[in-house]
Amino acid sequence: MYREFADRNFIIIAVALDAGGPDAVRKFIRPHEPIVVPAPMQAIMGWSSEQYAGAAAPTYPCLIDEKHIVAELYDMKNVPMAVWIDEDGRIVRPAEPAGATDGFRSMDRKTFTLPSDVAEAGRAARTRYTAALRDWIEHGEQSRFALSEDAARERVAGPTPTDALAAASFKLGVYLRDHGKPELAKRWFDEAVRLCPDHWTYFRQALQLEEIGKASGPEYVAKLRALGDRRYYDEIRLG
Amino acid sequence: MSPGGGGEVPAMSATVIYDDRASSAPNATASGDDLWLSLEDLHASTGWEHKPQGMCLGDRCVPVSAALRSEIFAADGRFNLAAFARYLGQPVIHDDDASVWLFGESAAARGQALRSLEAPDFRLPDLDGNLHALSDYRGKKVLLLSWASW
Repeated sequence: MYREFADRNFIIIAVALDAGGPDAVRKFIRPHEPIVVPAPMQAIMGWSSEQYAGAAAPTYPCLIDEKHIVAELYDMKNVPMAVWIDEDGRIVRPAEPAGATDGFRSMDRKTFTLPSDVAEAGRAARTRYTAALRDWIEHGEQSRFALSEDAARERVAGPTPTDALAAASFKLGVYLRDHGKPELAKRWFDEAVRLCPDHWTYFRQALQLEEIGKASGPEYVAKLRALGDRRYYDEIRLG
Repeated sequence: MSPGGGGEVPAMSATVIYDDRASSAPNATASGDDLWLSLEDLHASTGWEHKPQGMCLGDRCVPVSAALRSEIFAADGRFNLAAFARYLGQPVIHDDDASVWLFGESAAARGQALRSLEAPDFRLPDLDGNLHALSDYRGKKVLLLSWASW
């Protein structure tokens, strides 16, 4: 997708919200060996092995955001989220799930498979999102997917004072960890999670800092299940 | 607020993180949720200055009413940065065990910036440590995409 449009005044800036820093993300950005993605995971992500290999060695900027600054600036509570920004630095689509849907929640966690209709719906949502992105790259503000200023503004909730306090707590945690005080850091990561339990970025990052892999472990699965009818990813409203 | 406990904690020196920049305030005094600095330390750590028109940071000046003055200035001229930041709506947190104070950006300012639709700028490193700012890519359409290894 990126190579197709790289010469058309378009760029992807990928930001890893990752307090683990370069060591945590290196193998994804610059793999020494092809990352092997099991076939069921490929079906869930909707990517073939070839696509995954291509995407895993990107030529666009892949930045590392240990303090989750971009999440704070753009009001993101989960990943992957995307913002469309035009040539003049104006937001034409505020943060929204980048083609991601809640379908993965019906995955069978023993076999890592999705019901075929759910997998199909997920693929369709991703296709619609990338088609919309293509349309904007080609047609700019004439694209029906480039929101008007009023429509874009209407979608900006903006952070609450509690969100701002949680962002500050998280950053203090990163600072203390970087300065050799991991025990003190932990209580600030926990404080961010306590303040904003619905921010999956804090919750999963805090788990991952305890132990690699824990972000997708039992605590995560239990919290996901506890959502019930509530959404993990907001609905993508393309129109 | 301080999950690590509060109370009277006089300190000879504190680390102040303001606008994402950490610096040392050698003669700070912490007391509960208040942090007192000399005006010199205040300027060095935050950029705020006391001028005839009020407290100023670059072009921005905040008038100081009598009520505010009594809260942020001590008789000896020292300045209560924590009270001032709270007055501006900024989150103020401190870890008393580490003697570190962090002043965040107010939710109102963040929300206002987003609603202006001018994409907030940032500067972050890539794997090789090279810094990239969003504004370096002005003139291109940008898909700003977040992800994570976790």
